[in-house]
Amino acid sequence: MLNNRRLILAHFWFAFAGFGFALLLGEWQMFVRSPLHAWIGDPGLYYRSVTAHGSTMAYVFPTLIAMGYGYLVTEAALGRPLIGHRWAWAGLALVAVGTVMAIVPVALGRSSVLYTFYPPMIGSPFYYIGVVLVVAGSWIWVGLMSANLYAWKRQNPGVPVPFPMFATVAGAYLWGWTAVGAALELLFLIIPVALGLRSTIDAGLSRVLYSWTLHAIVYFWLMPTYIAFYTIVPRAIGGRLFSDQMGRIAFILFLVVAMPIGIHHLFEDPEVGSGFKFLHSVFTALVALPTFLTVFTICASVEIAGRLRGGKGMLGWIAVLPWDNPVMLGTALSFVMLGLGGAGGLINMSYQLNSTIHNTQWVTGHFHLIFGGAIVIMYFIIAYDVWPHLTGRALDSLSLMRIQLWLWFIGMMVLTLPWHYVGILGMPRRMAFYDYTDPAIAAQAPWVIVSVIGGVILLISAILFFIVLARGQMAPHVEPEAYRFSVAIHPPRRLPVALNGFALWLGLMVGLTVVNYGFTVANLLATPGTAVPAVIVGAGR
Amino acid sequence: MNSERILSIHNKWFTYSVGLTAGIAVVSIAIGFIWLPSVRGSGTSLGVWYTICSAAGLIRTTPIGEQVVQPVYVTTRFEIVPNMLRKPSAESIGRGATLAMRCTMCHGARGLSHADTPNLAGQYAVAIYKQLTDYKSGARTSAVMQPLAADLSGQNMLDLAAYYAYLPRVRVSHSTANEIPRIVAEGAPMRSIAPCGACHGELSTMADAPWLEGEPAVYLNTQLKDFASGTRHNDINEQMRNVARGMTPEEINSATQYFTGH
Repeated sequence: MLNNRRLILAHFWFAFAGFGFALLLGEWQMFVRSPLHAWIGDPGLYYRSVTAHGSTMAYVFPTLIAMGYGYLVTEAALGRPLIGHRWAWAGLALVAVGTVMAIVPVALGRSSVLYTFYPPMIGSPFYYIGVVLVVAGSWIWVGLMSANLYAWKRQNPGVPVPFPMFATVAGAYLWGWTAVGAALELLFLIIPVALGLRSTIDAGLSRVLYSWTLHAIVYFWLMPTYIAFYTIVPRAIGGRLFSDQMGRIAFILFLVVAMPIGIHHLFEDPEVGSGFKFLHSVFTALVALPTFLTVFTICASVEIAGRLRGGKGMLGWIAVLPWDNPVMLGTALSFVMLGLGGAGGLINMSYQLNSTIHNTQWVTGHFHLIFGGAIVIMYFIIAYDVWPHLTGRALDSLSLMRIQLWLWFIGMMVLTLPWHYVGILGMPRRMAFYDYTDPAIAAQAPWVIVSVIGGVILLISAILFFIVLARGQMAPHVEPEAYRFSVAIHPPRRLPVALNGFALWLGLMVGLTVVNYGFTVANLLATPGTAVPAVIVGAGR
Repeated sequence: MNSERILSIHNKWFTYSVGLTAGIAVVSIAIGFIWLPSVRGSGTSLGVWYTICSAAGLIRTTPIGEQVVQPVYVTTRFEIVPNMLRKPSAESIGRGATLAMRCTMCHGARGLSHADTPNLAGQYAVAIYKQLTDYKSGARTSAVMQPLAADLSGQNMLDLAAYYAYLPRVRVSHSTANEIPRIVAEGAPMRSIAPCGACHGELSTMADAPWLEGEPAVYLNTQLKDFASGTRHNDINEQMRNVARGMTPEEINSATQYFTGH
């Protein structure tokens, strides 16, 4: 039962439009800084593009996917219309206004500060206020998810919350709290300087506050993907979810330990003590737990499908899986990318190993593989899965979908593996120009060209993705069945309160944040003389 | 199920999850704040409390017995903030014009001369103000400029800076963009040298970087060499010394020629 189809569809279309725009910019960046193109002469143009690419891909695209998918899950899982759908439209409007407000100054070259802000660089206040509006729009969604859950719980006391809703609300709470760091940074440190009220900024404190957001935001991007693993995959391939409770524990673990770990991005920063760097390293390692739980649960669920299809023996069930089903294919490809990206992540979170790749292209390769690869390929799967329910038209270009998914996977591999490699060779990130005629870096040139080719493959895949959706739009009208989620082998009839609500876990999340961040933030606030002069970006004289 | 209270020590989910999380945090803190620093041997001779405070990132005074290295020269105390001295008053410019009568011998009647001294016409106000401040404090040394700056009040310096910034610049013609030397447009990334143009350029400028176009070749060349040798040391955070030290003589010459226009 989906009552707000237009609302959900608007979120998805807006998200994918932004994705297509940012993807073009990304490939342009790969191309102009590769040996295939002469130096563009003005690094400002390059950084404009990087800022627009990052801001759209990091703030707008995944946020809208999470919001739209969250509204869908709410209606389908709770079996009733969304409470507060006017608020939901208002949230979408805020995101839309914020996006435009942020991107215009970036396009004008007034805010080439990259999406992570990098104080003491300061751009146009409109850029930051735009980002704040995007976050404010998403906070409306957080509130709506929570309100819908508790309204349902009041009417169904003691009944287990449907797992898809539980997972979605966990993701919403994670985002609600993780966005606080960047919001504090923007409201109290950056925007006053951008408005000209102050001329100095505590860059160290800004970086610490941003790290609060910076890592958990990745898990927020990951949430729709993980929800799709649990709720779409087993149903779509004819299996059962191995364990409902295990899934809940995975999402609870994300909620608790995904947040207080961001200082592993600041391993080289002098303003953070080494003890806290170690503490954050430990908690970063713990995030592997919910991922391992998920990989195990989903593999077990897929095995159930394989055995139901007659698969025998230790590995015989793999061969009989429905590999022509895009959901099966996309999930397998996502897992491969998640595995490779996760292995790379273990290097990033380790203090000593990180020092060899810190600020190199390895890091850029890593987050493109995880986000652009493992996560976004499941966004495609989500779109393929829900589109007929939103549009009332079947998506029947199955072979095109398979080609699209394969191309996305191949493109991402061809893009990111050489990207990691040149990082190991020492190629720094965030640079607009590389002089490949210099013998010291000439050996990196062929690998950068390979990455550009990977980007082209990704572009082709994205075009196919839009073609699939467009063809669906032209297909004859059908009345889809009610949207269904995976069913567990043993659907819970009763659950401990701990697995049916969030009070305890939110408490732990906030408590851990205070332990892991409190002292560092307080210390920087209390230390005089830590502010540095702001550097206005794009200011003419 | 409804009677089950979650935030209670009688609920095993509560006790186990809080206990486990706290346990992991306590063990990690013990390792990160006490054990690892002691293995590294950093400051452990000063006691456990010192070790813990260091690992927490507290800024500590130097331990007894350790020498603090002080520079043997006066460092600049000038602080630069964005949009500094952007909009001077007409009165300030007028006062500056009167004060500038003392400067005409070397810097020309309207801030331009052939004496191989810096041309000041159209220079950024903040750059002139900083240099005058540094001459007065002794951060920048010059047998000629230091005595002249010694008597200037802060307002006098601001007025002089406003006046020279108000004068029209001298522009030199570059026939084609291709003539821009690599050190100016691209720097030398392998030696961590940013392009000159990143701070002194038209597309991009940094707060205290002076406008260099049309400056005398002898002056620019001498300054780069003085930065490289450390004779001149009033650049904030050694920005120019780090750049100049890494530049080859050919790069110094090509950058000089480019900005001079010869």
